[in-house]
Amino acid sequence: MMAALLSSTDLQIMLVGAMVGIASSAVGTFLVLRGNSMLSDAISHSIVFGIVIVWLLTKQQSGTVQLVGAALTGLLTVLLTEALASTKRVKQDAAIGLVFPALFSIGVLLLNIYAHDVHIDTHTVLLGEIGFVWLDTVNLFGLPIPQALVSMSVMTVLNYGFIFLFYKELKLATFDPALAKTFGFMPSVLFYVLLMLTSSTAVAAFDAVGAVLFIAFAIVPASAAYLMTDRLWMMFVIGALVSIGSSVCGYYLAVHLNVSIGGMMAVMTGIFLMLAFLAGPRYGVITQQIKRRRARQTPMEPPSLS
Amino acid sequence: MPLFDLLSDYTFQNVVMGASLLGLISGPLGCFAVLRRQSLLGDAISHAALPGICLSFIITGSRDIGGIIVGSLATGSLAALTMLMLTRMSRLKTDAGLGICLSIFFAVGIVLLTYIQNTHNASQGGLEAFLFGQAAATLRSDLWVMGGITLITLLLLAVFWKQAKLVTFDAEYARTLGMPTTAIEATLTTMVALAVVVGLQMVGVILMAAMIVAPAAAARQWSRHLGGMLVIAAAIGIVSGVSGATVSTLSRGLATGPLIVLTATTIVLISLALAPGRGLLWGLAQHYQRKRALRRQQLLYAFYKHPSATPRYYNTLGVRLILYRLRRQGYLTQQSNHETGSQRITRWKLTARGYEEAKKVVATFEATPS
Repeated sequence: MMAALLSSTDLQIMLVGAMVGIASSAVGTFLVLRGNSMLSDAISHSIVFGIVIVWLLTKQQSGTVQLVGAALTGLLTVLLTEALASTKRVKQDAAIGLVFPALFSIGVLLLNIYAHDVHIDTHTVLLGEIGFVWLDTVNLFGLPIPQALVSMSVMTVLNYGFIFLFYKELKLATFDPALAKTFGFMPSVLFYVLLMLTSSTAVAAFDAVGAVLFIAFAIVPASAAYLMTDRLWMMFVIGALVSIGSSVCGYYLAVHLNVSIGGMMAVMTGIFLMLAFLAGPRYGVITQQIKRRRARQTPMEPPSLS
Repeated sequence: MPLFDLLSDYTFQNVVMGASLLGLISGPLGCFAVLRRQSLLGDAISHAALPGICLSFIITGSRDIGGIIVGSLATGSLAALTMLMLTRMSRLKTDAGLGICLSIFFAVGIVLLTYIQNTHNASQGGLEAFLFGQAAATLRSDLWVMGGITLITLLLLAVFWKQAKLVTFDAEYARTLGMPTTAIEATLTTMVALAVVVGLQMVGVILMAAMIVAPAAAARQWSRHLGGMLVIAAAIGIVSGVSGATVSTLSRGLATGPLIVLTATTIVLISLALAPGRGLLWGLAQHYQRKRALRRQQLLYAFYKHPSATPRYYNTLGVRLILYRLRRQGYLTQQSNHETGSQRITRWKLTARGYEEAKKVVATFEATPS
């Protein structure tokens, strides 16, 4: 049964796409809620630097070292940004715009220099190759399972494990950092752990979707969920559903049109976001129009006299 | 390559001119973006230029720069508008709006790019170069177009100078004066899109964000006036553009865009450290100067009040330096005392001048209410 399922490349690709979305929208939810979405942009660009550095030091393309190295690079990006902003000489947004292009440039230049013996070229860095994930498999329980699927599953478990363990702390730290601090929940430490998880997820997703499309998987399903619901746990559910939906639709559309699979999956998340934006149950633009019209047509009831 | 050969090299001339034009336009417009706290809008707009480039290629079937400019301008502005719509009409914040537009438009671009690669086999070469820029492929005719855009944009900026300035620093006041603030803000945003268009060939869509932010952030350190900031930003943009392009030409194989960006970032770091008045190093120096002055006063106070005591902290380096300095200035004398056996004890004493000085210090200390 499992073997039959896993032998189908279609399913493998869709599973990887869905897992990328589920893992990254978990951390993305907190970024969106905290108003730090652009940090995912910064992190996903600067991990190129981390990946190249770790590769030069250890000659390892993937695995634990790569994940840890990338997590540290992501952290470095955020720390550099905050250090720049804390000098009060540049604003937060400008600091982000200064740090990540610099790290990204160093990464690209190093790739230029060592290009002859690195297989990660600038093209895969940006786009990823989700269509070929089934080529690179590892044997697990006697079954050939795509490497990307394994690493994405690990990241999903890690992300949701962290969120599950620290659910109430994260919730309070997101919505009321000051109160969380007085309770001794250390919101800044929680936030840094979250950012490290974000960068690790970005690296794990890197081979599949590349640096830029990761932003779409991290931010867009979470934003769509934010437009749909007021409950935090519901945001994770909707984020995961949007990811699965876009992965499946994106895959079939991409195959049908013969275009980039990762790109099409990201476009589909955008379409789901548009749907949520227009027709979300409470905050959708059209929904609100209908509600307003209905309210205008129904006559105002006089206050009942008791 | 000798310098003369390099200067007369046709490609190199083109690259240098293109880089200068890029600096000239992205510096001043970046100033407005940075001051209006929209640094990352440039990032979103430049990523969103990719689908425009691909669309123009699909429609015209060639890498004609006119079509590419129109296309990238259209999708770039569309992305900015979508961002505004998402944030104004829903509860998404600006950062989420930017992230969404950036990634989705880029994804559309990737889809179109792969579509082109799979359908048009010939003549699509080099479309991917717009991701990272391909400075060496700049043609003379491209330069004319880039120069024209730069000129028009800067002229437009000169015409709307007063309005742009007011909207940037006090949009509320501008609105009460009856200025069409939304239109002016939209114009400024469109001009950022124009700067992006000029930079596409040179640094590519990914790194264009840095060309918007870095020269402006560096220039902000050197000037307190908008006009001065714009001029300095343009100069920094040109310098980093030209030096990045030169290094890239001299070392075959290094991409131009990253080199230009790294040069600009280095200039930002130097500006942050050294700019007069705002520089971090000056601040640090001032801090230590004040610390030393305070310690000197404390020492004089201690000698005045307790002339016979030998405080323990005599032996720390900082205090010692100040003691020697005071002796050099003639406020203190050093007396060696050999009476207590082999151990040599030095005693510091105030001179007559030192006594006068210490008196003043004590007076100011005691006059200050504690």
